[in-house]
Amino acid sequence: MTTVTVAARPRNPIGRFIRIAVIAIAAIIIYQLVLFIALQQTWLVGTSALDAQHAFPVAVQQTINALSIGAIYALIALGYTMVYGIIELINFAHGDVFMVGAFLSIGVTLVLFGQPVGVSVTNVPFLILLLVAALVIVMPLTGLLNLTIERIFYRPFRGGSRLAPLITAVGVSFILQNLALVLVGSGDRGAPQIFPLEWELPLGGASVSVLSIFIFGLAVSLMVALNLFVNKTRLGRAMRATAQDQQAASLMGVDLNQTIALTFLLGGALAGAAGVVWGLRFGFVRQDLGFNAGLKAFTSAVLGGIGNINGAALGGFFIGFTENLATACGFSRWSEFLVFLILTFVLIFRPTGILGQQLGDRA
Amino acid sequence: MIGLRARWRLFRARARTFSEHHRSASILITMSIAAVFLVVLPRIPPFSAIQSENPWYDAFANAGVYVLLAMGLNVVVGLAGLLDLGYAAFFAIGSYTYAYSNSPFSGLDLPFFPMLFVGAAVAAVFGIALGAPTLRLRGDYLAIMTLGFGEIVPIVFVNSDPYTNGTNGIGGIYRPEALPFFGEFSPLTSFNYMIVMIAIVTVAMMLLYRLHDSRIGRAWMAIREDELAAAANGINTVVTKLLAFALGATTAGFAGVFSASKLTIVSPDQFYFTVSFTVLAMVIVGGMGNIWGVAAGAFIVFLIQAVLLKQLSSIAELLNVPPIDIGPIHFDLVKFDFTEYQYLLFGIALVIMMLKRPEGLFPSRERRAELHESSEGALDDELATGAAGDA
Repeated sequence: MTTVTVAARPRNPIGRFIRIAVIAIAAIIIYQLVLFIALQQTWLVGTSALDAQHAFPVAVQQTINALSIGAIYALIALGYTMVYGIIELINFAHGDVFMVGAFLSIGVTLVLFGQPVGVSVTNVPFLILLLVAALVIVMPLTGLLNLTIERIFYRPFRGGSRLAPLITAVGVSFILQNLALVLVGSGDRGAPQIFPLEWELPLGGASVSVLSIFIFGLAVSLMVALNLFVNKTRLGRAMRATAQDQQAASLMGVDLNQTIALTFLLGGALAGAAGVVWGLRFGFVRQDLGFNAGLKAFTSAVLGGIGNINGAALGGFFIGFTENLATACGFSRWSEFLVFLILTFVLIFRPTGILGQQLGDRA
Repeated sequence: MIGLRARWRLFRARARTFSEHHRSASILITMSIAAVFLVVLPRIPPFSAIQSENPWYDAFANAGVYVLLAMGLNVVVGLAGLLDLGYAAFFAIGSYTYAYSNSPFSGLDLPFFPMLFVGAAVAAVFGIALGAPTLRLRGDYLAIMTLGFGEIVPIVFVNSDPYTNGTNGIGGIYRPEALPFFGEFSPLTSFNYMIVMIAIVTVAMMLLYRLHDSRIGRAWMAIREDELAAAANGINTVVTKLLAFALGATTAGFAGVFSASKLTIVSPDQFYFTVSFTVLAMVIVGGMGNIWGVAAGAFIVFLIQAVLLKQLSSIAELLNVPPIDIGPIHFDLVKFDFTEYQYLLFGIALVIMMLKRPEGLFPSRERRAELHESSEGALDDELATGAAGDA
């Protein structure tokens, strides 16, 4: 069994945060440079190639966009990785919990506040109220949904074969997706984009969307909160202990059922938050959204090292950047293919992911 | 004079012994009986009232495609215990191979029966290419890789317009050449398709049963039960798993070629995740690991999907079911579209089966024993070993 990366408590938390921040900023700058160069290549982007003067602002804008989409993937990936870390199950229904979150968020803004689709809110206090209300209502609901799924569908299989819960998880995902299909119909449903898209901040000669910065900020704060919870609280310690060795943890007085339920609750809540910001960012929700997003988020989790919370965040941003690069260069049709290639190569050459796997290689 | 029940028991015991000693012969006999049954069934009253003969034969031939798919997936999921969630991709590859070799789009017109094997071989190559890197890893990764593969293949077909004609797909695929005794294949002679399908399924079933009983079959089941123990007993787990995976892909390739030649059009939207899921549900409902159970499960599920759900409204009309009004709820069975709910029903059926009856409707004997071992068998074993220890 490899060492437990999540369990290792940092000796110097401030130093660690500074290190992460430095690496993150370096990665963003490198990505910007890559994009800046890519946008000027005629062999890559054809006739839409830009000169250096125009390429730079586009590169800055796109980088911020990539951060926001990466943040959404990272939020979903956290749920996958936490659940896998603790009970070694790919919760296929997780992507669909995210989809339910996105629909619930439409419900909250539409029904509770009567905010029509297609009208943004420029009144800042009301906007904040709406956003907070959406998050506060949707996150517990999706958390509870995920918890209920665990209770009804996964718990009966605990300690048994590994194939049965996996198949059940696929079934649950399919049920959620088709339930949404029956209830709201197929195709895109407009989501109220209450956050004004025209709000932009000047940054280095470019103007970047405030919404993207908000999404990124929200995701990072949720991740920091999750990290603090897992590393600093008693329940978080129980989670880490359970992930490391269920039997030993339960011998030490950890309530396994409670801890696993908590993991599902947290994962579901994060997926709900991702659902809320998805609606703001893209303005539409559809019933098969969870399938695609789930696949990408799971790839993120594998990329970062499944079971590893920081790895999932890193992987999410990596996938976000990759997808953005493909889109910016005019290959958006192939972005899914690219993500799949990444998954393949990671599994062939480094199945433990970038940051290493938290789990042992028990078959 | 022995009683009727005793005689029946004797007959069953003899039949079982016969089927165990002469597997292929008994499959041949059973399938012949089934074939006669399928030929006669659409002509007798309750069935002939639903639709006429040709649509019935058409439905049976289409059901055969799914029976083949389910039997192939059963090797992967049921025998080797690997979860393949992108099974439709191999079906798609088989279909497109045939479409490419037999359509105005490519200008080729190759014979059907050899192409059946070419399509299967192409699917097998993709199966090996996908399985080889993934099967070294733990089983969950295979699930996610195949899920991704199943998602990617239609996307690639949509995006590679010059080779696959994009979203529209390849149309006008040539039907199989006329057979000496049956005549030609056309939309009006679904009977011929059905007979060919029954022959393919029979051969596939014989081969699969032979594999199941062979050393390889036992190796698959050993891996399914405990991979570490299987490896410790000298089974090359990677090669054995790869064989199961490739065999599953091959079967899907066969089904794909047949399906393409019958539908005469292939398009990416025929191969989305719902197909993989439907086949998985068929395997689970039929009983993982049991070849004939899975085949029967697939047949029944397909007929429910293709005939019963579609005809339910007309049956309701025929029986004059009155609309139900309970307060604000207005429910009219005649105007109700059941096909909208079919995948929801499949999902629910799959989950309920997994929770309540994981051995499926028609369980294999080993599977039933092992799934219920925790309740009875384990205790008996314990008592037996305890007694042996005392003695």
